This record gives sequence, C-alpha cells and structure tokens, in this order.
Amino acid sequence: MSAPTPKRHQASGSFSGGFSWAMARDLRLAWRHPDEAVLTVAFFALVASLFPLGIGAEPQLLARIGPGVIWVGALLAAFLALPGLFAADYADGSLEQMTLSPHPALGWAAGKVAAHWIVSGLPLTLLSPLIGLQYGLAPDTLGVQALSLLIGTPVLSLLGGACAALALGARGGGMLLALLALPLFVPVLIFGAGAAEAQATGLSAAPHLSLLGAALIAALVGLPVAVGAAVRIAVD
Amino acid sequence: MNWFYFSSPTTFYGLAGRLAPWFFILAAALAVWGLYLGLLVAPTDAQQGEVYRVIFIHVPTAWMSMFLYFIMACYCGLTLVFNTRLSAMMARAIAPTGAMMTFIALWTGAFWGRPTWGTYWVWDARLTSELVLLFLYFGYMALANAFEDPRRGDRAAALLALIGVVNLPIIYFSVQWWNTLHQGSSVSFKGTSMHVTMLTGMLVMSASAWMYAIGASLVRVRSVILERERRAQWVRNLPEAA
Amino acid sequence: MTIWWKSWADFWAMGGQAFFVWMSFGALLVAIVVEMFLLRVRRKRALAAIEEERDLEAEN
Repeated sequence: MSAPTPKRHQASGSFSGGFSWAMARDLRLAWRHPDEAVLTVAFFALVASLFPLGIGAEPQLLARIGPGVIWVGALLAAFLALPGLFAADYADGSLEQMTLSPHPALGWAAGKVAAHWIVSGLPLTLLSPLIGLQYGLAPDTLGVQALSLLIGTPVLSLLGGACAALALGARGGGMLLALLALPLFVPVLIFGAGAAEAQATGLSAAPHLSLLGAALIAALVGLPVAVGAAVRIAVD
Repeated sequence: MNWFYFSSPTTFYGLAGRLAPWFFILAAALAVWGLYLGLLVAPTDAQQGEVYRVIFIHVPTAWMSMFLYFIMACYCGLTLVFNTRLSAMMARAIAPTGAMMTFIALWTGAFWGRPTWGTYWVWDARLTSELVLLFLYFGYMALANAFEDPRRGDRAAALLALIGVVNLPIIYFSVQWWNTLHQGSSVSFKGTSMHVTMLTGMLVMSASAWMYAIGASLVRVRSVILERERRAQWVRNLPEAA
Repeated sequence: MTIWWKSWADFWAMGGQAFFVWMSFGALLVAIVVEMFLLRVRRKRALAAIEEERDLEAEN
C-alpha cells in the first residue's frame, strides 16, 4: 500500500499541520477502501433490526426501547470500528513514521481520530433517524436522538482511539479492547440515551445534552494528548 | 533521610518485607476493635434494624475502592512522567486489592439493599459507577499483563488508569448530583447523623481496611519485584531464593 | 460500652436479618482468605521462577 508518509523535509511541525495532514491521509485511504465504513453502518442497521424481531414488534414497546437500542447499537458499531483506527498503520510501520514526523503527536493523533469519526460516528449519526423511524419515534425525538449522537460519538471515537492505541500488539485482541473501552463508554451512553429518552417521555433533554456537551469539551481537551501518548507507548 | 534510597526495587524489597507484618497486625487489631464496636456494642438502627451493621464493612471497602484507585493512579502518573520502575510495580500490586475492595463494596451493598430497598441491585448512578470502577481495575490488570515486555504493560496500563480517574468524582458525587435510591453520605464534615459508637466503629474499620490494603500491597509488590528481577544477581543471593 | 445483645443466639439471629448480615461479613472473610492464599501462591511461583532461571543458565 502506497500510503503517503509525512514529509521529512518540513523543518517545523505544527498542530494544524499534523492534524490536517493525518486527517486528509486517513480520509483518502477510507475513500479508496470504503468497505469498513459501509460495514460499520450495516452492522448498526442489522443490530437495530434484531431487537424488534427478538423482543416483539408492538409499536408502544418499540417506541419505549427505541432510544436506548439505537444508542447501544451505535455504540457497539463505533466500538467494532476501533481496531481499524491504528491496526493497519501499526502493522506496516507507518505509525512509527508518524511519531518521527516533525508534527506534534497531539496534531496527527487528533487528525486520525477526526477522520475515523467522519467514516464511523458521522454515518451512524446520519443513519439514526431512519432507524428511529423504524421504531416509530416521534420527529422531535428523532432530532434529539441525532443531536445526542452527533455530540456523543466523537467522545466515543476519542476514548476508543486511546484504548485502541493502548491495546496495539497486546495479547487478547478484541476482548481486551472491549474490557478497556466499554466501561469508559458507559457515561456517554447514559447521557446520550437519556437525552432521547427524556424527549420521548415529555421531559427536557437539555440537562443530558449539556452534560454530553461538557463531556465532549473535556474529551476534546484531554484525550488527543492521551491518544498521542498511547501511540508513542505502542511504537517505542 | 534519602527517599530515593527506597525507590530502588532492591532496597524496597527488604523494606516491604519488614513493614508488611506490622501493617497486618495493625489491621487485625483495628478490625477486632471495630467489629467489637460495630457488631456487639452499637445499638440497632431505628429505621433499618440490625441489617444496618453491614455499614461497618460496606463503607470502609467502598472508601478504599476509590482511595486505592486514586493511589494507583498517582503511581501511574509517576510511572509515565519519571519512568520509575518501582512506581509501576506498586500500581500493579495495588490493583488486585483495589478490585477486591470494589467487589466487596458491591456485594455488601447488594445484601444491604435487598432488605432496605427491596432489591439486590438498582442501576443508579453510584452503583453503576462503582461497577465501572471494578471493570477499570480488571482492564488495568488485563492490559498490564497483555504484553511480552512488562515495561510496555506498565506504561500502557498507567495511561489507561489515568483516563479512568474521571470515574472517581462521578462515584463520589453521584449521591449528591442525582436523586437516587442510594442514601446520602453517612459522614460529612458538617457533622454526622450517626450515633457516636456507630461512627467510631466505622472509622476504626476503615483504618483497618486501609492498613490491610497497605500490608497486602507490600506483600504483592515483593512478588512483582521477584518476577521482574528474577535474573538479577541480588535476587539470586536472597536466602529465600536459595 | 455495654453489649447490645441479650444472648449469643440473639446476636447470631441479627433481628431476623441474619442472612443479609452474615452473607456480607462472610463474603469479606472469604475474600481476605482467598487474597492471602493468592498472595502466597504468587510468591511461591516467583521464587520457583528464579530457581528455573538459574537452572536454565547453569545448563548453558
């Protein structure tokens, strides 16, 4: 694979330089191999359609469980997409190349996570209203649902990105990654599903969305550093 | 006194071996005193009846579950910043005892919850975040042992532990932030709603749990040091390795 | 510092809530015993590993 590597002759690196370079590179790769993004979305749609078949399709029941099922489905789909974030770059050595680039780890780590969110979290968010319709959710609930996913899935990508980098080359593979990432996803799930749930039951979704927004700000501030540090630990 | 003298695994191995028995003796003595107060002297609780006596192990183990994670995270921070070997070994030694305290806090909470709330488990904020804490301990231990190179495991698990620290304030403040089934803090700095014998018993039991955790961690860190340094000459010269 | 209970039978019965009280205290006791056992096993294994390493080196 002829993945573009950082230009060594660039004397000084910068956050924005590393961010845009890594994001453009990963988006280009995803464009060339769209199967991963397609599989993530297909998995989400499949999981969401299993519940009505397994639990029963009474409209009231579906409207009741819809927000939670959609959030859990999106969370699992985002989780299953995580190994794709670093595994290939780790195997072919381009991750090590990145740590040698003049750009700070913070920049390209954030860029990679951003690209990953664009091909996993964002499609899941865009698909969620369609699945919400299958569950008979009201239009306003659909909107809050999509908004909560829009705020929440970047947090999942950042938390999961750090865990995926930590688990590179570890024994235990996917099971280990589940043990690391899923407990950290719990608060995001609670506030995310809580927002749509509150909207559906006639309460205000604002408190949940504010907490989710606070989590996103905290994640944006703190986690890119952690992702960069985790990659450094992996390639050292 | 030179603190760095004891930050080498070689010297700390001996120090830990000399200190551990004293912490266990202290823990046992405090447990006898605390259990005497809690189980034999303290009067019954007017609302809950005798089952409230679970508090004498529930609250100490719950406190220790959070406190040990905090201490473990501090050692993890030292590991990442200064790349010290002993701090990573201490973090590894604390984790299993922390997980044990977390499990007992959840278990005793369930057996206290059944007669007082009518259910063994509720998905409220404090119980859920304590359960997440248990999984954080498991994740830390699994990641620390998932690599051929133990130093890699040290650093990766240390970073994971630091990311997980955000869970601690969520557990601690959850009873204040959310209206949940879990009762509010039994002890606060403004004063306490408890009978003085109950309070004394709980604090003595907490001190006992603390001393026990130190003793168990010191014994475990000696094994961790032996595992890591098994090729070193000083380890081979130890009388117990002969 | 008077004892709250009238008799030992009273104490063990815990006002009819013996099951919940003793399941809690019993679990703690079991957990401590298990941890002490695991600590002992781990130390024995660590010492055995030193022995193994030494023998391996002596063979070479």
